[in-house]
Amino acid sequence: MSDLSNKVVVITGAARGIGFAIAESFCKAQATVIIIDLMPEAVEKAVNALKGNGTKAFGYTGNVTDAAGIEEIFSDIVGKHGSIDCLINNAGITRDNLLIRMKEEDWQLVMDINLKGSFICTQKVFKHMMKARKGSIVNMASVIGLMGNAGQANYAASKGGLIAFTKSCAKEFAARGVRVNAIAPGFIETEMTATLSDEVRAEYARIIPLQKMGTPSDVANLCLFLAGDSSAYITGQTIAIDGGLTMQ
Amino acid sequence: MDIEAKVKQIVMDKLGVEEAQVVPAANFIEDLRADSLDTVELVMAFEDEFGLTIPDEDQERLRTVGQAIDYLKEKLG
Repeated sequence: MSDLSNKVVVITGAARGIGFAIAESFCKAQATVIIIDLMPEAVEKAVNALKGNGTKAFGYTGNVTDAAGIEEIFSDIVGKHGSIDCLINNAGITRDNLLIRMKEEDWQLVMDINLKGSFICTQKVFKHMMKARKGSIVNMASVIGLMGNAGQANYAASKGGLIAFTKSCAKEFAARGVRVNAIAPGFIETEMTATLSDEVRAEYARIIPLQKMGTPSDVANLCLFLAGDSSAYITGQTIAIDGGLTMQ
Repeated sequence: MDIEAKVKQIVMDKLGVEEAQVVPAANFIEDLRADSLDTVELVMAFEDEFGLTIPDEDQERLRTVGQAIDYLKEKLG
């Protein structure tokens, strides 16, 4: 188990799903974990679930598309905990539809939360990491951002954009000791994929070399690695965690 | 410490240059080898030190040590 006891980690969209699993893993690794999510009740519930066994878990209600709000939250975190060592831009949504039927607002909402939200949080956290001359930012992309998917043009564009954003930030921040990487999960057992039919699941299992869907803790393990000093020489990369689906 | 001394100290700290190099005519980028991100950091450090906000459009005016000192004296004067 990684020891991240001296790290302050902020995870957006962490009240449930993969984000929550990541928060749990960081708590186990003794990190100071701060989750940000939209709904106060969900944040409170998640923080309560994380607490216990000496874990250091805190929560903020916040919207990643609200620059002023995020700036305030980050300043408060740095004031209370001294630094932000790792940011995981995990908040994301889907609004799937065939392109021909896709509403402009569904395009915009996905872009706003998945892409603009990551831009805002990255910009605001870098201000602190730049001064500290260290930090690790992990962007939650998706294999859909690498390979595309029918019915997910908005989501694919946002995640593909996030991968390109990751590379630009990695180049811009490198001289300040701040690393930026992206994770591209494949088919992971979450609420987001729970709605898939058995037929679709069987088809995925057929095309995935490891023949099964991944779990949120598979993704969390990679986050732990990218957040810690074990990955000190890795930046600007997109690492797929997909059972081999997109191997090149 | 007066404004001039504080500015010089910040420039020395942020850019890792010697006091002798931090003359009024020294251009941050051309003479003191700052990159574009360094200049943003300098402005942020001035903001923190002197408790003011320097608008983006004013940052263009702070290209040399002397310009920074004059600007801050004007704003704080």
